[in-house]
Amino acid sequence: MSSYLTKRLAFFVPTIIGVASVVFLLLHLIPGDPVDIMLGESAANADRQELREKLGLDRPLLVQYGTFLSGLARGDLGESVHSGRPVRELLAERFPATLRLSLAAGAFAVLIALPLGLLSAARPHSPSDRITLGISLLGVAIPNFWLGPMLIMAFSIELGWLPVSGNGSPQHLILPALTLGASMAAILTRMTRAAVLESLQEEYVRSAAAKGLTRRRIILVHAFPNALTPLISLLGLQFGSLLAGAVITETIFAWPGIGRLTLEAIQTRDYPLVQGCVLLIAMAYVLINLLTDLAYALADPRIRLDDSD
Amino acid sequence: MTTPTENKGRARRRGIAFGSAVIAILCTAAIGADLLAPYPPDRQQLAENLAPPSIEHPLGQDKLGRDQLSRLLHGARVSLYVGLLTISFSLLIGVSVGAISAYAGAAVDFWISRFIDILMAFPGILLAIAMSAVLGPSLVNVVLALSLIGWTGYARLVRGEVLALKKREHVEAARSLGVTPLCILSRHIMPMLAGPLTVQASFGLAGAITAEAGLSFLGLGVQAPQASWGSMLNEGRSFLLIAPHLTVFPGIAISLTVLALNTLGDALREALDVRGA
Repeated sequence: MSSYLTKRLAFFVPTIIGVASVVFLLLHLIPGDPVDIMLGESAANADRQELREKLGLDRPLLVQYGTFLSGLARGDLGESVHSGRPVRELLAERFPATLRLSLAAGAFAVLIALPLGLLSAARPHSPSDRITLGISLLGVAIPNFWLGPMLIMAFSIELGWLPVSGNGSPQHLILPALTLGASMAAILTRMTRAAVLESLQEEYVRSAAAKGLTRRRIILVHAFPNALTPLISLLGLQFGSLLAGAVITETIFAWPGIGRLTLEAIQTRDYPLVQGCVLLIAMAYVLINLLTDLAYALADPRIRLDDSD
Repeated sequence: MTTPTENKGRARRRGIAFGSAVIAILCTAAIGADLLAPYPPDRQQLAENLAPPSIEHPLGQDKLGRDQLSRLLHGARVSLYVGLLTISFSLLIGVSVGAISAYAGAAVDFWISRFIDILMAFPGILLAIAMSAVLGPSLVNVVLALSLIGWTGYARLVRGEVLALKKREHVEAARSLGVTPLCILSRHIMPMLAGPLTVQASFGLAGAITAEAGLSFLGLGVQAPQASWGSMLNEGRSFLLIAPHLTVFPGIAISLTVLALNTLGDALREALDVRGA
């Protein structure tokens, strides 16, 4: 195995431990007693003590940290204070919905961005290119917590075409996926255009043109496949961000995923559940980044053969 | 007929003009909100709640009959306050840590870089949500949460640039003359980082304003009765059917501000010939 792949895989476990440690420290070192926050300062001392013992907060920090890491290794994330159910069980129930939404949003972004980026690059500085660039600038600027309500207003309230919120039918997926994927589509469009334009400056493209190939064939067969390599990296990063962005989108559309569960846990001050949700999303993000790096190395042999990295 | 280079130059000038104009309007609104707002932002007129735009209230009234334009102007103050403070703290931490990482030797550099890698392994907004949840919802805590996340990008940028600039002849010459590392950094290296940092800060400002609005939208940022664009959007969401103006105007304000800052950042990046910021 090349040194690039070895290094990436070797860094994965320490990164996961680091991420878990940051989440643990975040919830344990920040000033304020979690028990006070969960029960309120007026709660009876006996209740406070009971919760403190249940959460293991009466033990030294280092012991708590060790228990947390060993539990994590066994997949045990503790119990939800609010429902009394294992956090792992709650996460397993909700994660498929978030994954479905993120995959739909990612698919929407790719299906929109690649053709638009290619069209833009085929005719740079033309009116259609300017319109595409303008729309993609807007797509980056419009936050999903505004786009969501606007889409509801247009497609659910005014036109009555799609449901306002909920989960069940494929129609329920359309507006949340559009909301979540819009920003990714905008960024990917700009990057596709830039990457294809850069590829078009390469010598092999000039050779292809000298051989008399049509511009369409040059772009689709020669420039685009070479432009895909940097796009893979961006795609991975953006897909990871979709999981985090789901917190807002799922809240707007009452989508029963991890994002909504995170906010519910915050509102009910359910610390073990908040910890589990943040940990799951962060770990999924790290895993996606690792897979992206591996895909990147597979797509471009120069990366996996370069030992200097 | 214009050449692509002329086209680019014109687009760049337009970008700078548009971005600067919107930011000037935002600053004017934020600083002069008390004078410009037609009504106090908290003045309630319950008999006129959810009223649509009119001559007296050009952007309509909210569920408590408060003037939407006045609240939007005061919301600009919150956005600018959070944005500028977040960028200032992030720059302060990021530049210091990045410079130390590049100058303090391989071992320190290794550990600082790994720590940054771990923090960057989190999606930014997720960490901000978690921090705001733990710290409790308030304006100061939003700034704190966003600053503690935002510095990593600046640190990585400064570290990379300082490592490259350290090898330049004028820096080597200063070192051989016995100039202290602190003096080399402040006099010979930092001035050369002004361009990349300005570009990154303009994108960072847009990010901080969006993040603050997002946190306030989720109820984790600015709390009632203080006006914030994000919390105004969240309040308006419940009245989409009968009072869409409550959702439309704060959204336009956020999007226009972010669009202007991103356009300015893009234009500055080209004008200053900065790559990768």
